[in-house]
Amino acid sequence: MMLLLISTVLCIGIIVSALLAVHLGNTVSAAISAGMASLFAAIIYLVLAAPDVAMTEAAIGSGLTTVIFLYSIRRTLTDGTKEPPEK
Amino acid sequence: MIKRATILLTLVLLGFLFLQMVVGYVPSSTLNPISRHYVASGPDELGAANIVTAVLVTYRGLDTLGEVAVLFISAAGVGLMLRRRTGEKAEEKQRRPSSELVGTAIHFLLPLIFVLGIYIFINGHLTPGGGFQGGAVLASGIMLLLLADPDTHLNHTIVHLLESVSGFGYVVVGVLGLVFAGGFLDNRFLDLGTFGELFSAGAMPIIYVFIGLKVGTELSAVLERMKD
Repeated sequence: MMLLLISTVLCIGIIVSALLAVHLGNTVSAAISAGMASLFAAIIYLVLAAPDVAMTEAAIGSGLTTVIFLYSIRRTLTDGTKEPPEK
Repeated sequence: MIKRATILLTLVLLGFLFLQMVVGYVPSSTLNPISRHYVASGPDELGAANIVTAVLVTYRGLDTLGEVAVLFISAAGVGLMLRRRTGEKAEEKQRRPSSELVGTAIHFLLPLIFVLGIYIFINGHLTPGGGFQGGAVLASGIMLLLLADPDTHLNHTIVHLLESVSGFGYVVVGVLGLVFAGGFLDNRFLDLGTFGELFSAGAMPIIYVFIGLKVGTELSAVLERMKD
């Protein structure tokens, strides 16, 4: 029962952060939300007894991918703009 | 109008498919025959306490070699697209200094992160984790280093040497298995040792050290390419 509750909360977290990633206008916030979705997924893997997958998801999905997204956002910005363009 | 209708129809169809999956989902209570074989004879046959590693490194070792190859090709692609042409200097950008928090914490955290990464791939045959996870942890250590001091430059000679040697070593270990044991990537050409010891499970720790180093150096190289 407890497991079901935790899983449900985490699943809602994944869906909410994924929707945020799609709908947020600011690209930096969107990248962070996508990383958050991965983090929730990593926790749910751990809860469902798959620590191997959880480690990969936490390190690659929420860590490295987010940073690579942030780097690419900075690279694709035109010079002179400090903030990413709003939608 | 037609476009919207098509999209709507596709969504409804997909939703219907997923609904069928959710409604008809029954958690399987028994293992299928091939999983039963892996679970039952994995520890005895290969001497690995972690069944996941036994499957990834030996039973499905060729798939793992394929994954490593895919990662290598992606890293090579990133390197090719973001290469700096000869003579082209990195533009001197006025960078904002990194936060003091990151700069101070890195002195404590970096060695710990590296030790954790190495621990994860050396103990891959005993505890959860393995080459990919350990390598990713190593790369996140490098990431922290790049965040703390954006002017850091990795020594490309060492990185490429480490990457090439570990990739080559992985294939050599596989061929050794083909020659001295049952097949390509068979770990039993070395003594299986005592079950649960660090030096056990034949060539599995060696393979995972190679994979860990390869994944770690590749991801670090990608990060460094993306940075500047």
